[in-house]
Amino acid sequence: MKHLLSAADLSYEDAILVLDTAKQLAAATEQGVGKLPPLRGRTVVNLFYEDSTRTRISFEAAAKRLSADVINFSAKGSSVSKGESLKDTALTLEAMGADAVVIRHNSSGAPHRLANAGWISGGVVNAGDGTHEHPTQALLDAFTLRNHLRNGEGDLKGVNVTIVGDVLHSRVARSNVLLLNTLGAKVRLVAPPTLLPYGVEDWDCEVSYDLDASLEGSDAVMMLRVQRERMNAAYFPNAHEYSNRYGLNVTRMNRLSENAVVMHPGPMNRGMEISADVADSQRSVIVEQVANGVSVRMAVLYLILGGSESM
Amino acid sequence: MTSSTKTSYVIKDVAILDGKPTDILIQDGVISQIGSGLTADQIVDGSGCVALPGLVDLHTHLREPGREDAETVLSGSRAAAMGGFTAVHAMANTNPVADTAGVVEQVWRLGQEAGLVDVRPVGAVTMGLEGTALAELGAMADSAAAVRVFSDDGKCVHDAALMRRALEYVKAFDGVVAQHAQEPRLTEGAQMNEGVISGKLGLAGWPAVAEEAIIARDVLLAHHVGSRLHVCHLSTAGSVEIIRWAKSRGINVTAEVTPHHLYFTDDVVESYDPIYKVNPPLRTKEDVEAVRAGLADGTINIVATDHAPHPSEDKDCEWTAAAFGMTGLESALSVVFETMVQTGLMNWAAVADRMSVAPAQIGRVSTQGQPIEVGSPANLVIFDPRASQEVDARKTVSASRNTPYAGRTLPGKVVATFYRGKPTVLNGELNA
Repeated sequence: MKHLLSAADLSYEDAILVLDTAKQLAAATEQGVGKLPPLRGRTVVNLFYEDSTRTRISFEAAAKRLSADVINFSAKGSSVSKGESLKDTALTLEAMGADAVVIRHNSSGAPHRLANAGWISGGVVNAGDGTHEHPTQALLDAFTLRNHLRNGEGDLKGVNVTIVGDVLHSRVARSNVLLLNTLGAKVRLVAPPTLLPYGVEDWDCEVSYDLDASLEGSDAVMMLRVQRERMNAAYFPNAHEYSNRYGLNVTRMNRLSENAVVMHPGPMNRGMEISADVADSQRSVIVEQVANGVSVRMAVLYLILGGSESM
Repeated sequence: MTSSTKTSYVIKDVAILDGKPTDILIQDGVISQIGSGLTADQIVDGSGCVALPGLVDLHTHLREPGREDAETVLSGSRAAAMGGFTAVHAMANTNPVADTAGVVEQVWRLGQEAGLVDVRPVGAVTMGLEGTALAELGAMADSAAAVRVFSDDGKCVHDAALMRRALEYVKAFDGVVAQHAQEPRLTEGAQMNEGVISGKLGLAGWPAVAEEAIIARDVLLAHHVGSRLHVCHLSTAGSVEIIRWAKSRGINVTAEVTPHHLYFTDDVVESYDPIYKVNPPLRTKEDVEAVRAGLADGTINIVATDHAPHPSEDKDCEWTAAAFGMTGLESALSVVFETMVQTGLMNWAAVADRMSVAPAQIGRVSTQGQPIEVGSPANLVIFDPRASQEVDARKTVSASRNTPYAGRTLPGKVVATFYRGKPTVLNGELNA
């Protein structure tokens, strides 16, 4: 694995390897060994063009637990805010000897460009690009699902996952549809028609406009963040109507099967796509998702930075 | 210059369009003789080659004044000559905008000084391309540049009332409004064709309906006021249908397609390489087949390059930060050869019509697009269909390198271009 740009880059074997590696790294961390040594002397750059404290901290913790040197490069207050191009920033990082660049960018495809334009030689990890993909989020979601529904083993064959909300602008949904399919799960997207991408009927998933009709049979419901500003562009009339039709409240949650879990990639709009009661309920695995994020990102960095066969 | 126009040239054994090989004698700026065994001061070997009337581009961005780092009238004229063109229409979206007699005369004069092709300035329809008030269309028409084509290209004249007035007003001097058909609200932030691929790539879509809705409105407006309308860079199957319908109703509309919309489909965007970022965007396979068919049957009247040079920093970046546009003058004839002639859709007579005769008529350029016969102005391109070239962006004559064909092999090669009897290209090399 040289880069991780899209969840589509991962074959079934790759995906299982990442999840199994994450499991081992999580176990090693839990045993309280402190820092693990494999990336000692390697440099990981977190290149963040968008504010995302959560994802940046998660990658930073992952790299540090593997003993890598971490450089955080955020757009604000750096040469980027002075108009430096992605190319020049990349050339600078290359000259500094970055072994891997973790990039979050508001432009879809920026990580792809960084990996393929010949600007740098190190590995590139997509930490979320525009409305395209967020593959490590999909990996941590799969890891969480596997822990809850498959005892932390194997794949997700036969698991029904319902993803609800602003699919159109969601990089989380795109990556999840790809990875969950690779792992054998069945995906259903639920959203108002305005928030589904053109051509979604060609994706490997079911599509529904009706949340109530989609709850039964779901093993997991993943609620996507919906920005209130979207109503200004007429994607839906107002927050109240959105919440009534597509929000997950306690009544809806109680209709889920006994073992079904509720997920959210964060940050949540409590009261909008998810009610506070649901977010804080027993079924919610939202906090666990955050913890699993570090393990999965450790696995990705380990595998990209030439973690060899043995650990 | 005087000495070279005094020189006589004979092109030996060249096929005029689809005809049998013959010799063409060029003297004093005109075709003076056609036949066998002709001689002259200088001989050009045309065996195996095709002679076409010099190409006329109705849609060229020469960037001067304002963006001389991307292209100048001189560098763009050189690129045009290399591609076999003897006339280009310089689009109005310069800085300052070509919305006054002063700016169009400046561009026209720069074209005269370059002396490699007829540079015909296009005037803006609205002041500053802002879509709110008409530019001085009459003054531009009456100027030394004698503007006949008016366009806000790059922006759509989206206000229906303003479009109607522009269509009416230019009738006074036999002008034509060339519309960049793009409904602005449907294309806010748009990055590529809206389709399965845009959904997958997470890039904001530019739906076909945003083009088709404007074309449908404009042909109805043109019909209502009895004016002449030209549609720039038509790119969708639906647009072809609308133009076909309008023509069947007798509406006076003409349309153009670019070489890149004949050649590429939107799946190349999967590379996220902004070299493929263009407006209107590259479309689907069905659209490409429809525009090819429309060009072949004459629904689409002409090929126009929409040559849009950009400096490398505007392309060597992430997709959304990149500029729209690609160069096209030097590759146009080869692309049309590959997509339309080699596929059996058109013969050379049709190529001459779509790339020279018809665009000259739409632009009202009387000395261009003339038949290759004795007495015609010697504006000619000699094309060798047996040759092929791998496109090397570093070797372009244009001042910019944003050719989407870089690294690809295109068939055929311009061997010579004659502009008013003078070779601007000879032996495949620029002769200026």
